[in-house]
Amino acid sequence: MKKRIVCMLLAGGQGSRLGVLTSSMAKPAVPFGGKFRIIDFPLSNCVNSEIDTVGVLTQYRPLALNAYLGTGQHWDLDRNNGGVFVLPPYMTEHDGRWYSGTANAIWQNRSFVDQYDPDYVLILSGDHIYKMNYTKMLRFHIDHKAAATIAVLKVPMEEAHRFGIMNTDETGKIVSFEEKPKQPKSNNASMGIYIFDWKKLRDYMERDDADEKSENDFGKNIIPNMLNAGEKMVAYPFEGYWKDVGTIQSLWEANMDMLGDPPLLDLDDPSWRIYTRNPVMAPHYVSKEARIKNSLVTEGCVVRGEVEHTVLFCGAKLEEGGKVFDSVVFPGSKIGRNSIVHKAIIGENATIGDNVLIGEPPKEGEVIDNRLTGDIALIGNDVTIPDGTVIPRGAVVTQETLSQFVNGGTNA
Amino acid sequence: MIQDAFGLIFTGEANPYMRDLTLSRAVAAVPFGGRYRVIDFVLSDFVNSGIRNVGIITQKNYHSLMDHLGTGKEWDLNRKREGLFLLPPFSTKDNTGVYRGDIDAYHSIMQYVRHSNQKYLILSGSHTIFNTTFEKILAQHKETGADITIMYNEDASFDPEEQNRDLRLLFDEDGMRVKELEWYPRYPRSNFRSCEIMIIDKALFEDLVEESYSRGGIDFVRDILLTHVHELNIMGWRYDGYVARIDSVNTFFRHSMELLNAPEAHDLYNREHPIYTKVKDEISAKYGEHADVHNVVMADGCKVDGTVENSVLFRGVTVERGAVVKNSIIMQGSKIRAGAKLDHVILDKGVTVTEGRMLNGFEGLPLVFRKNLTV
Repeated sequence: MKKRIVCMLLAGGQGSRLGVLTSSMAKPAVPFGGKFRIIDFPLSNCVNSEIDTVGVLTQYRPLALNAYLGTGQHWDLDRNNGGVFVLPPYMTEHDGRWYSGTANAIWQNRSFVDQYDPDYVLILSGDHIYKMNYTKMLRFHIDHKAAATIAVLKVPMEEAHRFGIMNTDETGKIVSFEEKPKQPKSNNASMGIYIFDWKKLRDYMERDDADEKSENDFGKNIIPNMLNAGEKMVAYPFEGYWKDVGTIQSLWEANMDMLGDPPLLDLDDPSWRIYTRNPVMAPHYVSKEARIKNSLVTEGCVVRGEVEHTVLFCGAKLEEGGKVFDSVVFPGSKIGRNSIVHKAIIGENATIGDNVLIGEPPKEGEVIDNRLTGDIALIGNDVTIPDGTVIPRGAVVTQETLSQFVNGGTNA
Repeated sequence: MIQDAFGLIFTGEANPYMRDLTLSRAVAAVPFGGRYRVIDFVLSDFVNSGIRNVGIITQKNYHSLMDHLGTGKEWDLNRKREGLFLLPPFSTKDNTGVYRGDIDAYHSIMQYVRHSNQKYLILSGSHTIFNTTFEKILAQHKETGADITIMYNEDASFDPEEQNRDLRLLFDEDGMRVKELEWYPRYPRSNFRSCEIMIIDKALFEDLVEESYSRGGIDFVRDILLTHVHELNIMGWRYDGYVARIDSVNTFFRHSMELLNAPEAHDLYNREHPIYTKVKDEISAKYGEHADVHNVVMADGCKVDGTVENSVLFRGVTVERGAVVKNSIIMQGSKIRAGAKLDHVILDKGVTVTEGRMLNGFEGLPLVFRKNLTV
């Protein structure tokens, strides 16, 4: 049945900058904000914008994502006509290949889109945290009679060099586009949210697919090609919270943005709920000894220690005497007695023993590989840290790297 | 996992001792334990036992229950084959639509019983809370060849002022066969109290109900069990886990407090047997800069910037800065404004306590504020 608009969600890749957090799942399945996963944001935005047909494009561990999305019922996307579909690469009798780029992923799934015969297609990234009404953007797109509309956010000029920058004229028409410019001319950063006229996009993708030199990427190929061909492309200005959580630092910051009063990121909004697969867990329990301030605590948690400026995800446990500050503790993790955790991300189902110190200043001469983490200690999923271990700030701990920290071990 | 039994839950019994908590809902729909309704426990017990066919008999005030249960999808009971059956009263030539007792109700839903494919029927009430599965009681029922097997536990409490469907079992020497039953006893001789779970062969159930109905029988316990206790082979199956009987506001309050202070009550939150309930997409509970919270069970969606001690907070409760909540049960969406002080209070859903207000109940006499009130 015909749909006015279909959403294609680029759930993409391994998210290598998130390091050990994505060793067993794609980036969009990474936990966020106490009870969510990153992918809940674009999906909920779609549902709240009355977009009921979503294709999720992934080629990295599709099983985990598939299992998470299920029939889509948790997002109200279990529809008779439409719904949510995971679209991994597949073989046909003629060909079949990995997705070579973002545009190629859509191109390979054009028949999925075609079956709904949509007028428009909405392209989203799976690793951004924000609340946005795509219907307003669609109205903007229609009003401007554009071939493509790109959502943009004003960023501080000094940060503009990290983004794709859209230079526009006074009517909002995009005149040029620069990917991560050294000398940015404006601060309209692309949010990776596009609306295209489907027929037009289909033409450009077809030509792009035939071009062997192309990287088949929206930012590098499709959008510049459309601009050069003189298509009308407009920038849709978005105001509000938006964060790319593709790095450990930004993932930690975005979680912290939910704290404070009022929080920078307010998800307690009945008119714009973020839906998720809710865990079936008891309410959280806070013991007589516990002390909790300026934090989020989720169902299934048991808190017997001290928690400050921290997000505890569902089923996290903190034993007596334990202290957690400025940290993000993912679902099912346990922190033992008298352990102190400072500025860390603790992966899913990790077990921290008793008397463990995490986020300590490094010992003299100790060299920490913190290229991905900065000053945030990162404990991988399912890692068990023995009693008495000291983990320096910025360290990345997996089952493999654990031995260098245990028993006061050195980087031999 | 049980393949050969189906469940039938009788809800909607009136209970004046629940006071304002059942003003607009059945006891089965009373909120309990921070994010559940009373019926969630027994319904999850059925599901966790593998039972995929459950009928729920509703009577008056069942809107709240229907809204809560929906299609049964939270319990995974939205099945093409079998699943959840809501059985509200309806008028037919045999059925006036108002039940005098459970025999009337069983009689009018006998079609559902006859059409169920399973041999055994597990009958349940809806005011007793526990977290278990029914494999063992069913196995014992089959082994002993009993006509009826009643799940019971040892419970020394007795309050003649607030008796509610109080059924007690007295056994013969071998300790299994029931030789006598006490129903609303004045001087109880037994501490073995029925947990409102009975297993019975479905054919025998139909016989007993229809036979009793034809003679004007009204109450299953009084007119069938008590009448036939010597002819029927009634056995007991002892349960040693935690049991909470929601008989009155006082027992509701006491059992809620046991979630905080009695380790055995944590049985109800056993992770191996999750309790399913209707999902609300709330965010995690949020603690502010001035939060001071000790010994509390709290659901998602709460916002706390005041003091909370020895209390149960349901979903979406707000406690503003400077407010103090002690020894209280605060149901969904209630708001306690700055500076208000509460002790031994039960707030039903959506109650607002205005700034600076002081509300004091006492142990054994908690104050109850009905739904959506502004105090």
